[in-house]
Amino acid sequence: MNTVEISCVEVWRELSNYIDEAVEPALRQRMEAHFNTCKHCAAVLDGTRNVIRLVGDGRVFDIPAGFGERLKASLARKLGG
Amino acid sequence: MARTPGQELVLIERVCSGETQLFYELICPYERRVYVAAASVLQNEADAEDAAQDAFLKAFVQLYSFRRESKFSTWLIQIAVNEARTKRRKNHSFLYDSIDEKDEDDAGDYCPKDFADWRDTPSEYLQRAELRTALRNAIASLVPSYREVFVMRDIQNLSIAETAEVLQISQALVKTRLLRARLKVRDALAPGLDGAWNSGDGSWRQVRPW
Repeated sequence: MNTVEISCVEVWRELSNYIDEAVEPALRQRMEAHFNTCKHCAAVLDGTRNVIRLVGDGRVFDIPAGFGERLKASLARKLGG
Repeated sequence: MARTPGQELVLIERVCSGETQLFYELICPYERRVYVAAASVLQNEADAEDAAQDAFLKAFVQLYSFRRESKFSTWLIQIAVNEARTKRRKNHSFLYDSIDEKDEDDAGDYCPKDFADWRDTPSEYLQRAELRTALRNAIASLVPSYREVFVMRDIQNLSIAETAEVLQISQALVKTRLLRARLKVRDALAPGLDGAWNSGDGSWRQVRPW
């Protein structure tokens, strides 16, 4: 069975859902076929996935030094704990 | 050792019953997540810390109203977002809101950008700390509504539904903003990385040019 072609714009529109595995199987198949032939969209997909992987390690935002101690002291002061 | 949701509920009940000294133990595992939620709204370390502290105090006062169908972490993050938004309004009044709070148009398609000058950037590998700075700057460059969605979904790892709940917007809007935020962060980062992306296993992979 032939896969119905999909345009780059349609691929970009669904890229996030594709990454989140939230597209229907038929659309997923069309997008996969597109990524196999379109270097532009494959690059956008790879880059976006890498961004998500990089920020997902939890170290992008540093919590300020001493945050926990100050919070604990503040709670003790205000809650009388 | 991580505690189970059941143990957490017991802890909540004990705090509600008057053992207020256990409150810090209860919220301790969520310090970072509450701070990051506040930072995603405020973009200022001191303000974010103040808002996070206020959020924990509010959580203490409202603990009796915590509804068990939500995750405790999601409930805390929602309070932090609300506290941070209140603080942002107070700090910057209408001037801040009129410029920074103005959202981009959510309608229409977002096209990934090609950076014509990316080949001209220095080609040495970025160190991890530099990469984090680049990521932080890219996230900071997002308009607030996109940044909040991106942080909740991709940094806090909330689901689409939880992100919608925390930010009090529809799931459809979460998806629209998430797509744009992800593509914009990628666009913002691409020139800085000289076309090479960290493939996540310590190697770098050239994904451009085209």
